Amino acid sequence: MTVQPPGTAADAAPLDVAALRADFPILQRTVRDERPLVYLDSGATSQRPRQVLDAERDFLEHSNAAVHRGAHQLAEEATDAYEGAREKIAGFVGVDAGEVVFTKNATEGVNLVAYAMSNAATAGPEADRFRLGPGDEVVVTEMEHHANLVPWQQLCQRTGATLRWFGVTDEGRLDLSDLGEVVNDRTRLVAVSHQSNVLGTVNPTAEIVERAHRVGALVVLDACQSVPHQPVDFGALGVDFAVFSGHKMLGPSGIGVLYGRRELLETMPPFLTGGSMIELVHIDRSTFAEPPQRFEAGVPMTSQVVGLGAAVDYLSAVGMDRVAAHEHELVQTALEELPRIEGLRIIGPTENRDRGGAVSFVLGEPGTDGYVHPHDLGQVLDGQGVQARVGHHCAWPLHRRMGIPATVRASFYLYNEQHEVKALADAVREAQRFFGAA
Amino acid sequence: MQLEQMYQEIILDHYRSPHRHGLREPYDAESFQVNPVCGDEITLRVRLTGQGRDATIEDVSYAGQGCSISQAAVSVLTDLVVGRPVEEALSTEAAFTEMMHGRGKVEPDEDVLEDGVAFAGVAKYPARVKCALLGWMAFKDAVSRVVDEVGAS
Repeated sequence: MTVQPPGTAADAAPLDVAALRADFPILQRTVRDERPLVYLDSGATSQRPRQVLDAERDFLEHSNAAVHRGAHQLAEEATDAYEGAREKIAGFVGVDAGEVVFTKNATEGVNLVAYAMSNAATAGPEADRFRLGPGDEVVVTEMEHHANLVPWQQLCQRTGATLRWFGVTDEGRLDLSDLGEVVNDRTRLVAVSHQSNVLGTVNPTAEIVERAHRVGALVVLDACQSVPHQPVDFGALGVDFAVFSGHKMLGPSGIGVLYGRRELLETMPPFLTGGSMIELVHIDRSTFAEPPQRFEAGVPMTSQVVGLGAAVDYLSAVGMDRVAAHEHELVQTALEELPRIEGLRIIGPTENRDRGGAVSFVLGEPGTDGYVHPHDLGQVLDGQGVQARVGHHCAWPLHRRMGIPATVRASFYLYNEQHEVKALADAVREAQRFFGAA
Repeated sequence: MQLEQMYQEIILDHYRSPHRHGLREPYDAESFQVNPVCGDEITLRVRLTGQGRDATIEDVSYAGQGCSISQAAVSVLTDLVVGRPVEEALSTEAAFTEMMHGRGKVEPDEDVLEDGVAFAGVAKYPARVKCALLGWMAFKDAVSRVVDEVGAS
């Protein structure tokens, strides 16, 4: 590691981004005619430091075996590496290892809970609190990523429950003015994102959790955009379930995490069944293992879990407070620089408070002279080496609510530098010039 | 990257001044297509005269929202198919689609594709191929509805 470990006097110091960047081989490359890579798409997936790549390779070269099977030395080492990573990852988000379930991604984590709730229909009385039916309500928000929306739509369709949602204000904040009405005695579950992947908005979790728990509803937190970018403690937040994905936090793809409060995982029916998740199997019936194994059917991802453990080590050594502070400064620059461009409109809070490192915007309004479609804008950015995302970012209802088909989104991480925000603004001006919009 | 390679002047001209834009009556079939990646959408109508595959494309009208590539492609489409027999229009559609899926390696026939050859540069960018094809997919879908109906009657 080229950074100071936490707990030293350097803890509060700003990040040495140049030193950090040396850990990320991909950041050294060029794109499209030898232009320096300006990677502003970490909200979609982050890049991985050597330490994570090395951990995966080291595991595969020395200890690879199927975990929780066999008694040979490699199986033992592989299982220790897997469970050791679970301990680290759990600690990183303030929970116990027994409350951490590995999935292939965050989407699967949400689906696991949704299908477990369906399966509660035929489970015993211990699963009562997961059972849904007509008259019950599930609450989402208008700013959800499709991953925390579609599974709940489908659950409502399967069970006859009713889907409700919180609106979003023009500024891009959650509209909780009707909290007491939307979350009521019929509410069984509230699914909400911690930080919007489009707007950057950080939602007031405490208020929602307090209300949901008062009416006996469960809270599922989509933490995909918060865990990688700020210190997050699920225990302190008081949520019942939470999901996040490895590839957005310097880790491998193909690994996601579902957190569930222990007492809930202990009574929740399984989703996927098969090997590894059983206790006793007879030819006509089976009983199931204790969580988290109950929810990890089949041979699990192994090198990916080890890689995510290394990512957590890396982030912990840097310090999540410093990561958050660094991104806050990048956002500050973006919120100052971008609106100076004529016709550019930020979609999301323009005040740098309760706000993370996703900055989405449009250039001009459709049907007017200054308009440049996000797809065209993204193409010019790409031509300048700026890798930003265009489209609806898997949040179509949110874009509809904001009255726009698509946005350009720049999303920052610990390895981004101030001059890259300037490069983004320059590239937007280049697009304006190219399309004759200014 | 040479932006001019993708955004040829012909494409920008069609984007700024699209041909036959707007939805018109009467029409024989309508198709709605959406690009789920970016949310762009198009509603396209066709008006045919004559019967079955011997019919002629009398009018193509459309409305929607999309990037310059998708808007220009549908404008060019109307130039290439209006006034032509259905058979010919569908073989033009096939030629355009083949070019767009060719990763820039398919040599387009300018006699067939006319202004459409300007999109050969777009074919090098896989993420933009769907933009150029959105209107053409709507056209093929709408025509097949009419032709199938006529064929079935």
